[in-house]
Parts: sequence; C-alpha cells; structure tokens
Amino acid sequence: MQRRSLLAGSAGLLSVPFIAPSARAQTGAGGRTEIQFWYGLAGALGERVAEQAQRFNESQDRYRVVATFRGSYPEVMSGAIAAWRAGTAPHIAQVFEVGTATMMGAGPAIRPVYELLGEAGIELDPQRYLAGVRGYYSDTQGRMISMPHNSSSAVMWLNLDAFERAGLSTTDLPKTWAEVRAAAQAIRARNAAEMAMTTAWPTWVMYEQMSSLHDVALATPANGFQGLDARMNLADPIFLKQTEMLLEMQRAGHFTYGGRDGGGGAAFPAGQAAISFNSSAGRAAVQREARFRWASVVLPHHADITQSPKNGVIGGASLWALTSRNRTAAEYRGVAEFYRFISDVEQDKWWHQVTGYVPLTLAAYEASKAEGFYERNPGADAAITQLSRAQPTPNSQGFRLGGFVEIRNIIQEELERGFQNQQNAQTALANANRRADVVLRNFERANRR
Amino acid sequence: MRRKVIFGNKLLPYLLLAPQLIVTAIFFFWPAAEAIRYSFLRQDAFGISVMFVGLENFQDLFADERYLQVVWNTIWFSFWVTVLSMGVALLLAVLADRHIRGRNTYRTLLIWPYAIAPAIAAVLYIFLFHPSLGLLGRALNGFGVPWDYRLNGDQAMLVVILAAAWKQVSYNFLFFLAGLQSIPKSVLEAAAIDGASPSRRFWTVIFPLLSPTTFFLLVINITSAVFDTFGIIDALTGGGPGNATQTMIYRAYVDGRVNLDLGSSAAQSVVLMIAVMALTLVQFRFIERRVHY
Repeated sequence: MQRRSLLAGSAGLLSVPFIAPSARAQTGAGGRTEIQFWYGLAGALGERVAEQAQRFNESQDRYRVVATFRGSYPEVMSGAIAAWRAGTAPHIAQVFEVGTATMMGAGPAIRPVYELLGEAGIELDPQRYLAGVRGYYSDTQGRMISMPHNSSSAVMWLNLDAFERAGLSTTDLPKTWAEVRAAAQAIRARNAAEMAMTTAWPTWVMYEQMSSLHDVALATPANGFQGLDARMNLADPIFLKQTEMLLEMQRAGHFTYGGRDGGGGAAFPAGQAAISFNSSAGRAAVQREARFRWASVVLPHHADITQSPKNGVIGGASLWALTSRNRTAAEYRGVAEFYRFISDVEQDKWWHQVTGYVPLTLAAYEASKAEGFYERNPGADAAITQLSRAQPTPNSQGFRLGGFVEIRNIIQEELERGFQNQQNAQTALANANRRADVVLRNFERANRR
Repeated sequence: MRRKVIFGNKLLPYLLLAPQLIVTAIFFFWPAAEAIRYSFLRQDAFGISVMFVGLENFQDLFADERYLQVVWNTIWFSFWVTVLSMGVALLLAVLADRHIRGRNTYRTLLIWPYAIAPAIAAVLYIFLFHPSLGLLGRALNGFGVPWDYRLNGDQAMLVVILAAAWKQVSYNFLFFLAGLQSIPKSVLEAAAIDGASPSRRFWTVIFPLLSPTTFFLLVINITSAVFDTFGIIDALTGGGPGNATQTMIYRAYVDGRVNLDLGSSAAQSVVLMIAVMALTLVQFRFIERRVHY
C-alpha cells in the first residue's frame, strides 16, 4: 500500500514537475484524521489563519486541520488546481473571490458546502450569514457552494490631519464623488499631502464596487450569475463617468495612480496620501503604522446617478472543498466540522475582531456591537454597513465571471494606457470591453458541457 | 595516427549514457512533448472538459496585436540587455586586467551582483527608481522630471533593462577577464613595438582574440535575457504598465498560471521553443563563422 501510494505520488509529481509535496490524507498521531488546508494570506493575517486552525484542533480530538501557507491567492488557486489534476488536492483550498466562477465550473473537482453539511448531518442555516457574503458564494438556487471565510469590502480611508491642513471639515466627511473631488482639489491647493488621492485594487474599487453601488451590471445579464453567456457592460455611462473622472483628476494632479492590485495601498498608512481606497481588511496595517488621525467611511457615490446607493460587493476569499481519489467520508466530515466551527458565533466574532474582515454571520456582528466593539473602533463597521445597507439586486449581488482575474488585469491595463495619455476614457473602456468579452467567450467554450 | 579505443560490448556505451538520457527524456523531452500536445487543445483549468482545436490557439495568438507587441518587447529588451551587459562587462574587464592596486578586490566586488536573487535585485531597483520611495526616483521628480515607471511604459522598460543588464554584468565580466588573461603577452608586446596605439591594439588584436568568448557570451546573454529575466520583471513591473514590459516568457506565465488558459500558454511555449531553435541555428551558422578560435 505504502509503495503504491509512493509510486502514485511520484507519477503525480512528474506530470506536474513544479508541484511541491502532495497533500495526502494521513491518519496522524492519536488517530486523528488530517485535513490539509492551503491558504494564501501572508503576514499577520496568515498567522490568524494558522491560529484559527489551531483553535479548531484544540476544540476536539478527531480531526487535525493542517494549515499551510501556499503563496499568494493566485498561487494557491493554480497550485490547488494542479494538485487536483495530479490527484493530490488538499481537502480545503482558500480561493479568492475572483476565482469563484472558475471553481463553480469545476463540477467533479469540488464538494459544495450544502452537500458536505448534508452528508455530515450538520444543520447550518444559510440565513445566518451576511446577505452580501452568502449571495456571492451561492448558486442560483440559493445553496451555498463554498464556505465564506474572509470577506471584506472596499472603504474610503481619510487622513484627517491632512484634511485639517487643507481647511476641510474633519467631521462632515465626503459622501459623494463631487465632494471627494472638491476635497482632493483643496488638499492639492494647500499642498496638505504628497498625494491628494490614490487607490489600491483599481478595478475592484473603481469599477466593481461602483457597478454594485449604482445598481448597474458590470456584465449583462446579472453579472454572470445566470450562466456563461454574460457580456461586459463597460459601455454604460456610469463607467465612462468614473473613468473620465479618474483621468481628469490624474491630469490635474489630484489623483496618483499607485499601481495594480494592492500596489497603491502603502501610501495611506505611510501618511503620503490624504484620500485612499482600500479593503476594509487593511485596518490592522493602518492602526499599526499610521502616525496621524484617520477615518474609514463608506465609498462615495455619484449623487447625480443615484441618491440611495445599493450595497457594495465583497472581496476576500472563501473555502473550497476539493475531491480526490480515495478521499474518505471521515475526511469530508472533518471539513464539514471545520466549517461548522468557524461559523460558530464566538469563533466568528474573534476572527472579525482580530483580522478586520467582516463577520460571516449576523450573530457575530450583533455580539460585537453589544460588546461596544464599534464604539471602541469607530469606522470598523463601515464595511458592514456598506455590505448590508440595501437588499442586493441582480446587479449588486456580486460577480460570477469566468477568467475574472484576467478581466481585472485587462481593465487595469487599459486604464494605465489612459493614464499615459495613449487613449481617452471612451477608447479605454471600448478596448477593455472587447478584450474582456474575448475572455468570457473563451471561458464559455472551455466550460460548456 | 590516433589510436582508436573500441569497446567490444555494444551495450556498455548506452548503459553509461543512460542516466543522462533518462534525465533528458524525463525533464526535457516529456514536458516539451506535453506542451506541444496542450497547444492543440482547449481545456478548462481543471482539465475536466478537453477539446481538440487544431491550430486555433496559434491563430488566436497571432491575431492578437498585443502578442505582437510582446514579441517586439522581447526583442527590444533582449537586445539592450545583451548590448549593455556585455559592453559594460568588457569595459570593466579591460580596466580590471591592468596592473592596478587592489585589483583582486575590484574583481571580487564586481562578481557579487551575480549572486543576488532576481527578486532582491528588483527590490534594490525599486529602492532606486520608485517615484516616491526610490532615491533616484525622488531626485528626478525633485528636479522636475516627471518620473513614474509604474505609469510610463518607456521608463518601465528602461528600469527593467537596467536591472536585468546590471545583474548579467558580473557573469560577463568573469568570462571577459578570463579571456583577456589568456591572450599571450608576446602578441601585445609585438604590436606595441610595431607602434600600434592602445586603442588600435584593442580593436585589431585583443578584440578578435576575444571573439570566442564574445560569441559564447552572446549566446548565453540572449538566452538568459529572453528566458531568465522573469523574476526581475515580475517583481519590478509585473509586465505593466499596460503591456509595456511584458515579454514572451512573462506572458506565457500569466496566461498559464494566473489566467489558467493552458492552451494559449502551451502555444506560446511552442512559439518560444521554435524561436530558440531558430536563434541557435542562426548563431551557429552565421555568427560562429566569423569567430577566430
């Protein structure tokens, strides 16, 4: 038996030479069933994930979750997929939200949450979870496919010292883009900060969140929730308005492009940027590094388009149970037990308070509120407010687009060309729309069965 | 007449070659064959539905004007990395070959950058050129030069070329120095007695005698610029802004590992394979003829 698994393992390794040790279920010391859990959070957040697994291991004596850091989100995802192809997939992989459509399309490779829980006889009412979180990871029938784990939303970060230097109010903070622009202009005019405004995650903040807030689809119909045939909707006036605003602000020196993905995130805690947009999970870093007064508030909206913005969308990652040959019922059961454990109010509350991610369950939010957590940490509930302030519409429930990582990059690339004065807003959006549609069509072809 | 050694046993030579052949087959031919096979398929990330599409992956690739830009980027990037790293290395080697105090120290110091991991090299360049963190970047902006390689494609290309060339200089320096030291002193002295000036001695005696080294380095440098600069580009610019610093190998990585489009990534690998074969052929057929051994 041992020899056979060794051979199988080496064959798997050879066909995918760059895959490191296989994630094979073992019954470790003390007769515990081992559950391999690959995650992609580095630094302090990664330590919290390891702690979460440890708390689970200490809470019972039948399963042991072995949490391993496997690089960035894209690396965890491609690593887990390659491992699945080689027959050595981990039991649980943490996959970022943009990978959701790809994972959902992977029928035999994944075990949906509702199935796992059903087999294990565990009752977890989907209604316990925050609507914005649950919707993103459920199928069209409302059944949860992946387990919410770490969810955040984008919020606006303001350097109140810079606001004061610019002669702006530090209590009546900007709520609309017009007010943000006026503030940026004042900050630049008084030279109150090195950068008036910057952003991390340009596509997520400036396009995905804005699409949701203004109830306009990023892709029609329903952002891909209804099937693989969705088409990009970047020609909508809201995206043109948004892009033109960014290009104009950049030309006037009111907006500084901070690079792709998380690249723009460092300027705010360092005190260089007066206004920044970033994940609410950046809170820990700001708290630790910022040497100035700051606030985190909900994202601005265009008041001429809507007076009552909808909910924002989440970012972050969820947990996917992967299949493998010879995977036993006990192992799946262990995964289900882990899911139950992290959804427990006490555990969820702990996770929410130490990481800055939004709570997964409403109960953990209520418990934190009752404890006075948000009075001690003003602004920590901005993301929760933003996620739950409206009933999600088909345009604001999230995105289920194949090749979404690539689409995000395409939008960033075309935006960068706009910032370089190589094209105007309209051309940038037309190019992004055309290129992203190609990605969607290719995904449709490869996944139609 | 040379004495021939003949092994009676026909099996023995194959047996002795076997380890090398097995390694080559498993680590070179098998993955290459797999890449060729994948390039004719279209599949989802998990390989659950696989479809034969013929040459469609290649057609899509060459119909994509951005891929043609990536090919051009690769040529431009490799050309400048090779020229810069070899030029600077030759200059340094000629200088370090002279009788100067502490030349062993200089030589050792010049070799150091080669031992630096690409990601660290990139971080060093970020600390130099980043518009708000970098020493030079800040200075440039301070002098009123609008410097931001994260947004300006030409500046981004300049930074990755500099970083990649800098890292390659040490290696070239080492070989040029060895080449210079192997040139017989008597030849140079004869030229000097005939009244040839130092620069004339360099171009008519030293440079031709160095040509085997130069040729070897040319092959190595072009190959490493095309294939071995992934780390620097990834850590410095991530291929951006736009596609300004995306090279063929970087794009193959992004499409395969990030975008999970294995068909296109495999097709790009096959294109690279063909490019390498063509490049090697050209180098050995046309350039090697001009090399004096």
